[in-house]
Amino acid sequence: MDWAVQRHSRNREALEASLDHARRGGIDRFIFLGDYVGYGADPGFAVDTMMREVESGAVALLGNHDAAIASGTGGMNSVAAEAIDWTRPKLDSTQREFLTQLPLTFEDGGRLFVHASAHAPEHWEYMTDVAAASRNFMATRAHATFCGHVHVPQLFHRSPTGKLAGFQPVQAVEIPLLAQRRWIAVIGSVGQPRDYNPAACYGALDTERNVLVYVRVPYDNETAARKVRDAGLPLILSSRLIEGA
Amino acid sequence: MDRRELKAGQVIDGFRLIEPLESGGMASFWRVTRHSNDLPMLMKIPLLRPGEAPLTIVGYEVEQMILPRLSGPHAPRFIAAGDFDRPYIVMEFVAGPSVTSLLNKVPSSPVEVATIGAKIAFALHDIHRQHVIHLDLKPSNVILRSDDAVLIDFGLSRHDQLPDLVQEETEGPVGTGAYISPEQVLGDRGDPRSDLFALGVILYFLATGEWPFGEPQRADNWRWRLWRDPVPPRGRNPVVPPWLQEIILRCLEVDPEARYATAAQLAFDLQHPDQVPLTQRAVRTRRDSALTVFWRWLRITRNPPRRFHRAVASHLADAPIVLAAIDLEPGHKALSQALAVAVRRVLATEPNARLACVNVLKIARLTLDKLEDAEGRNPQLGRLIELKHWARAIPVAPERVTYHVLESTDPASQLVDYARHNRVDHIVMGARASSMLRRYLGSVSAHVVAQAPCTVTVVRAPDDETAAIPTGGDTARA
Repeated sequence: MDWAVQRHSRNREALEASLDHARRGGIDRFIFLGDYVGYGADPGFAVDTMMREVESGAVALLGNHDAAIASGTGGMNSVAAEAIDWTRPKLDSTQREFLTQLPLTFEDGGRLFVHASAHAPEHWEYMTDVAAASRNFMATRAHATFCGHVHVPQLFHRSPTGKLAGFQPVQAVEIPLLAQRRWIAVIGSVGQPRDYNPAACYGALDTERNVLVYVRVPYDNETAARKVRDAGLPLILSSRLIEGA
Repeated sequence: MDRRELKAGQVIDGFRLIEPLESGGMASFWRVTRHSNDLPMLMKIPLLRPGEAPLTIVGYEVEQMILPRLSGPHAPRFIAAGDFDRPYIVMEFVAGPSVTSLLNKVPSSPVEVATIGAKIAFALHDIHRQHVIHLDLKPSNVILRSDDAVLIDFGLSRHDQLPDLVQEETEGPVGTGAYISPEQVLGDRGDPRSDLFALGVILYFLATGEWPFGEPQRADNWRWRLWRDPVPPRGRNPVVPPWLQEIILRCLEVDPEARYATAAQLAFDLQHPDQVPLTQRAVRTRRDSALTVFWRWLRITRNPPRRFHRAVASHLADAPIVLAAIDLEPGHKALSQALAVAVRRVLATEPNARLACVNVLKIARLTLDKLEDAEGRNPQLGRLIELKHWARAIPVAPERVTYHVLESTDPASQLVDYARHNRVDHIVMGARASSMLRRYLGSVSAHVVAQAPCTVTVVRAPDDETAAIPTGGDTARA
């Protein structure tokens, strides 16, 4: 295995468990797809971990919640906005500075990594249907786009004849990203799931064989949920960690 | 790549082209070699010219996706695939005639039909087990290699844990007119029993020399099979025995629920003709009347059947073949009752299970034992009657149970062989109380647990003679 693609690393327990899981699985390169802060009770820990990972060669991209720390909560729902206002004073200036300088996209060998969509990345479009997927395909020439933002794992693909379709990936199954086809992999969330499975999710990509696996990692979500509750963050953010949606 | 550019001796990514083989409509085939690999190999090169049908490209993608996932003797081994600019797939060359070679010797004898049918059914069960539905089963896609049937051409297949590229590419049904199942005609590509329908068509042709639904080329005409039943095989060839007609017509049922639940269950019947439960299907000699067909047409066109999708694995999981190994020695009544309770529990959770009740008659030597006892009675017959009597305690439909008395000098190995040969999923058997001799020689159940290719549940009698034995059963995964 070569790369792990992760996003939403906001809660400490999920982040530690999935990083550990990926390292033990032999993954030697990490791309983080953004949203390190915003819903978790340990924002400082999440940002410090990212700073350390980036120092040792990982790529961390900017997510909309990270951007909102500096730019404000315009366009966010009230729960998200409340969480950002709670988070902002918990970060020191170095941590805030780290977040503001994160890039929106990263491209490598026909693969594009972005938090939301290649189509106007700074507008944080949700990749929920083939229309959004189609806009992404038009905005990039990359063979495969890896993104987050949406909390439900999805895989869009476009055939050589231009047919577009979505697919719900089955966890732990190797999916060959065929060369004739173009792909958008919406990776699930590390510790902020919305698909009724509370386990953390990351994508493991074998760059040699061009094979993607959606990996689910169970972690101590009860502790993470308790911390969110104790911190006084909106209750829904805590219960979601238990119920997985 | 254009096939006109290819010449013998040419080397593509380390593979040397040796000789061209017959080319299909969508690809050309070459026998190839590579110095590091002495397996006979075949290179399949899709004909991707501008204006080529989209299914050519998609078929190549599907095969590239599915073939590497398949293992075992029933699919060619995947070796390599080319890249975007130079598409090809290299796979094991499967030597042997295809089932097409049998089509000019029809009608085949019932035994031949059953033998070929069981081989193909085992191959299908093996790929279904690996989440793949073939969806284009036909004689040219089945190669007979010594004891096995090998399935080839997975270009229209479906892996139920991967995107279905064929479905997404096309609007209408895809398949081959003579073999396509009614549910595929309606656009459903998620049912492993579609392959059983296609196998039923092949068996029908082998048994009668005619196609049950003709060979319609145009997809519009594929719908007929939704309401027009085929002439029963015995109506075409009176030599076809009722059991074979029963099997074939069950495969050709319009509703997949009315077919065999799994290919393994179909193979089971093909291997035990005398045990096939005969229904009204077996005695039919004529097609349904025009009026019946009309009503069926009306019902289907007004109210097309809707289907719920299930994973291939779940189809197989709730339709296991359960083997109950029953000890008929006198003095083990408690054990045989406990066994019946355990079998009832297993069947209660698995609605489409088949139950095979097996008793192994231990004999001293294989050939010299007399078949009859002193009074001239056949001991096998007596045991069959006892087996049926035992099974009365199990609430299961008669058509789901079969009874078998086997003879062996080594009952444990015999049970294991039987389980392997019939793709049994679960063995339920009793363990007798411990004894000095048993401890020394080892028990039958311990041998079976150690060697069986499937799950084994060992049942103990609650109040067996020796109190030291724990009550209840223990299940081992062997």
